[in-house]
Order: sequence, then C-alpha cells, then structure tokens
Amino acid sequence: MMKVQLFVTCLGENLLPDMLQKMVGILERIGVSCEFPEGQTCCGQPFFNSGFQKEGREIALLWMKMFADTDGYIVAPSGSCVEFVKHRYPKMFPEGTAEHKIAVQLAERVFEFSQFLTNIMEITDLGAFFPHRVACHSPCHLTRGLGVRDEQQRLLRAVRGLELISLNDAETCCGFGGIFSVVYPEVSMAMMEAKVMNIMASNAECVVVSEPGCLINIRGGLQKMNSNIRAMHLIEILAQEGAA
Amino acid sequence: MKDITARIDFRANTQAVSPAMVAATQKNARTALLKRSEVVVEFGEERWQQLRRAGRELRLHALTHLDRYLSMVEENVIAAGGHVHWARDAEEAHSIVLDIAMQNSVRNIVKVKSMVTEEIELNHALEGRGIRVYETDLGEFIVQLAGQRPSHITAPALHMTKEEVAALFREKLKVDAQPDPKLLTEIARQRLRKEFLTAEMGISGGNFLVAETGTLILVTNEGNGRMCTSLPPIHVAIVGIEKVIPDWESAAVMLKLLARSVSGSKITAYNTFITGVRKDGPREFHLVLLDNGRTQILRDEIARETLMCIRCGACMNICPVYNQVGGHAYGAVYPGPIGSILTPLLIGTRIAGGLPFASTLCGACSDICPVMIPITEILLHLRRRFVEGDDFEGSSISGTLKAIAKAGRYVLGSPSLYRLGARMGKIFQAPLRSGDWIAAMPSPLDRWTMARPFPAFRGDFRGWWKKHKNAKDISGGKAS
Repeated sequence: MMKVQLFVTCLGENLLPDMLQKMVGILERIGVSCEFPEGQTCCGQPFFNSGFQKEGREIALLWMKMFADTDGYIVAPSGSCVEFVKHRYPKMFPEGTAEHKIAVQLAERVFEFSQFLTNIMEITDLGAFFPHRVACHSPCHLTRGLGVRDEQQRLLRAVRGLELISLNDAETCCGFGGIFSVVYPEVSMAMMEAKVMNIMASNAECVVVSEPGCLINIRGGLQKMNSNIRAMHLIEILAQEGAA
Repeated sequence: MKDITARIDFRANTQAVSPAMVAATQKNARTALLKRSEVVVEFGEERWQQLRRAGRELRLHALTHLDRYLSMVEENVIAAGGHVHWARDAEEAHSIVLDIAMQNSVRNIVKVKSMVTEEIELNHALEGRGIRVYETDLGEFIVQLAGQRPSHITAPALHMTKEEVAALFREKLKVDAQPDPKLLTEIARQRLRKEFLTAEMGISGGNFLVAETGTLILVTNEGNGRMCTSLPPIHVAIVGIEKVIPDWESAAVMLKLLARSVSGSKITAYNTFITGVRKDGPREFHLVLLDNGRTQILRDEIARETLMCIRCGACMNICPVYNQVGGHAYGAVYPGPIGSILTPLLIGTRIAGGLPFASTLCGACSDICPVMIPITEILLHLRRRFVEGDDFEGSSISGTLKAIAKAGRYVLGSPSLYRLGARMGKIFQAPLRSGDWIAAMPSPLDRWTMARPFPAFRGDFRGWWKKHKNAKDISGGKAS
C-alpha cells in the first residue's frame, strides 16, 4: 500500500485545517495510507527568506529530524514549502555532511499535492463534481519554482460540471511574498488588488489558489472587495462529491 | 551613485509614486513583453533556451577570465591607434575624462545614452567644470531637461506623457511644442543638430567589448550614437570592465539575445562597431575601463553573476513589483530586479539593504533574464548580508529585530512551544475576531490588515487527526 507522510505546513495547520482534512480524505479514498509526523512545525522558509539563514537552517534541521525516519512520499498542499525542502534544503548544508545526505534524500521524497496525484499516482479524475465557472491562479513557487503548470489544469478539467475559464496574468505574483507583504504593505496591496481585479474580470465563480500564503492573500482581498467569488484550494474542489 | 549616502527608503519612495507613473510603466512593459514573446516564439522556444544557455556560459567564462580578456582589449585598442585608461572608481573616471577635455579645450560634449555614466554621475562632474553636456538619446534628452533620473534602463523617459514632454519643451526650450511624439522628436532633433556639429567631444558607454579585436560595440535605435561617435574630433567611451566578451562569435550570440530581450526586435536599428581610430572618424579614441566596485563583486561567488547583466531591462518589464512602483522608487540609477541586487552590491547594504526585500521572490526575473542571472538567489544572499552580515559587510539590522527572530526561532524550534503558540493564537484573537476574519490587527501586524483582513486561527487539525486515526485503527482492527 502506498504510504504518505503528511507535511501540513504551518499556514495550512493554523489557518486552513478543513483543507487539510479534505486532503487526507482524498488520499485515503485513492488508497493511500497517511501518517502524520506530529513533531513538525515549520520548514524554516520564513526565516531563511527574510535573511535569517542561521535560524532557517535550525528550523530546517528540526523538520528533517521529524521526517528523516519516516518512510514513503512526503506530500504537502503547498508548492512553496515543497520547493523549499526540495531545492533549498540540499543547498543549505555542505556536500559530504550527514545533514546534506539527509536533505537530499528528503528532497527526493517530497511532492506538492497535485504533483503527487498526477505524476506519482497517475490519477487525474477523482470523480469530483463542481458545477461552476472556475479560474485558476498559478502560484509562483508552484509554477516557476516546481515547474507545475499542467497538473492543476488536468485535475480541474476532469471535474464534472466544472467550466475552466482563463484568467488574465494568471502567472503574475499576487503580492504575498511572505515577509514582503509586511515590509512593503502598500506595494503588496497594489499587487493583490491587480490580481483580484483580474479575477473579478474573468467572470469566474471560483478561483483556484493552491498555495496557503497566496490563498489567504487573495481570499482576504476578495473579502475586502465584498466579492462573491470564492477563493479555494484545488483540494477543496477535488473533494466535492456529488451527482455526475 | 556615490552621492547616495542616506539609506534608500523604498517604502517611502513607493508611497510617493503617482498613478500616472504606474500606468506609464505598465503600458511600456506590456508592449515590450508582448513583442519579446512574439519574437521568441518566432525564433523557437527550444532554440531560444539554447541561446540563453550559450549566452550565460560565455558571459560567465568572460567574467572568470576577465584579466586575460581585458589585456587583449587594451592591446588591440592601442594597436588600432586608441588610448586605454583604467579607472578604479567614479572619481578616477571623472579626472580621466576631464583631463582629456581640458587638454583639448572642450566646451561642449554630446553623449550617447549610457547607464555607466549615470552610475558615476559624469555629467555632474563635467558641468561642475563649466562644460556643457548634451544627452542626445531622445529619452535621456527629456530626462536631462527635466532634471530627473531615468526610470527604466532602456526607456528612460517612459514615465512622462507626451503632454508633460510638450510642457517641458515649452518651458525649457522656449518653443511652441504640441503633444505629438513626431513633432516633439523633430524639436529635439533640430535642437541637437547644432550640438552634434559643434561639440568637441562625444561620450558613449558600450554594450560590449570584443576582446579578440578590441572592438567597442554600441547598440542604439535613434542614430544619435553614430553622430556622437563620428562627428566630434574626440570620442571617449566609458565601459564597465564586465562588458568584455571573448570574440565575434560571442558577439553574435549576445546581440541576438539583447535585441530580442530589450524590445522584441530581431536586430537593433544601429549596431556600431568601433575599433580604435578610423580614417573617417574622430582623430582620438579613448577607452576608459571602469571598475567602480566590480572587482569587489567578482570576489563574491554568489553575487558575481550579477555582472553578467547586459542591461536589457526585461527583468523590469516582467517584475510585478516594478510594475506597481516604476523606476524612481528604487532610489538609484539601476531600478527593478537587477537594481535590487546591483545597487546594494555597488553602494553597500547599509544604504541599499531595503532593495533586496523589494521582491516577492516570484522568480519571473530569473526566468526571463537572457543570460539566466539567478536574481532570486542573489536577492536572498543580499538579504542575508543585510540581516546577518557576511565576509563583505556587517549586519545592518537592529538588536530588536534580531531578538524577535530569535524568539520566533525558539518557538518554531520546539514542537511543544509551537503547539502552545497555536492554542494561544486562538485565545488572543478572540477580541479581534469577527466571524472567519480579523479585520484589524495591532502594530506591526496592521501592515497586513491595512491591505486585507487576516483569516482567523481556527479548527484543530491535530485533534481531528487523533480522532480520525483512532477511528481508522478501530475499523481497521475489526476488518482484520
């Protein structure tokens, strides 16, 4: 039986717990057995990317300790956190050290949810039913960082009743950028508003934002504009069951 | 840029940006990107990526063998009747140019658009000695008249509307100028014609230096570059030492990459190749090779790749931050993503340390860069320099910030403290919470809520997981 270690991410755990429960539901439905390393906190990216590389490395070491002795794939609902573990961890430690070796092994095991479904499990149709017009934002670290472009679209196209509509500047950053959003809040806001305007102009009922950071940014922006458009993680759509 | 001694306050600068600046910046960027993507499609995506890799390799090769190629340039320029000068910094460059000007009683200089002369503020130094300097690129001419700084490295006056330019011409040139680009260009042209003919010196920068022949390559679009480098009796070219490329094969690669990345052209209108003194050209050719901090950057293995830049401006056009603020917010000569790494490398993170943070690390710049400069990697490298300090500079942040980071690391470094923190968050948010949202948070978190509400901490994944797992174990037990 395929086994997966849940990498829930700190934003996911604290702000989007229902999405995580749905992720477990989908994985179990397709016959994957889930485990949850309970000692996990954060991957260290917020520190590292803010310039606090020493602290980032220390948090990374804790994350590595929590996952190193587990087996199977490691799956997260975030391209950003996955990219950090996959691409940054191996660069954090000098080659030849024990830490580097562990980092490389973990990097090979970690996948973002839609990557895992389409590329590892080779599943695109989960039998979901979602009769709405849906636009899809392309989060930066998922798209440019991990090279996940087609995977989300393929999963969405298989959803019954779903009408996938195009979004202008879908690959343009939404202005979240971690620390950026509080260091330069005015610029972050302008970028978020540009993204929200494009979403509103798309005539979609829902926008898929499969990245916790971007999701809280765009969802908050739509809320502020009193828009009825729902920002949802891909997982939340794929978990919608019902008549075909 | 030596004039900049006060910390660059990017946040304050962005708050002063006009909506017109943002609109003009976006319009220019959109047009340039659209044309660029069309020529890349025509060229073939796979071939384009091969060309980028070739460009990257040869730029990196040149940078790591700079001593060899610069000696070749020097030798070949001298053999072709030119003079070569070495300038360690802006001041040395100023005095080299001033000496040449003084020896030849130069009163008027015409200039080709050049970022490196902006970097060393050459006009200022020359004007301080009573020499009149005329920028002859239309955009630079406008920016010079307005007493401003370019807002984009290839489209310096993009931030000004035709109405503003007309008003500027009426005020400064005392002419009847209408807001029509053609007529405005004609005014500038007539105005500059006299200067081209009377100037005793022409100054240019350089896009590339071809080592094998000692040739200066100038890439321009308006023809002013050829006027400046052929009409006056003296031509002085000031070129950063990083601009050298090995040979003409390299030049073919770089010119293809540059023209397409700048403006989506297959070839730029004027590609001028100057090797020393020509029969029908200026009687003197001087090449000033400028360091101004570049050898220091070369010593830095991660930041070194910044010097591969060929100043195409594509990173600016694609940057979502630059597109919301325009070029002036970066407070220095080089704006946008390349400016966010080059400026702190040239003048230090103590002054420009805020710039590497002016990015969401979205990676669009590295993806579009014709020579594949890993801009996000270098941004992270410079953020670290600013925060922690490294072999090149000490830390520039306050003890308070460091203490906050330490505390954060302490909490996230301990699973039990982390879980406690998550529970506390749910308790402390109660008075702020309204439904699923927190509309306003106290400082400094109000920097988030000023833009959009924050989602309330909610649910309990760990609690749910425990129950879920127990239920599974029981049902699993029954089944077996």
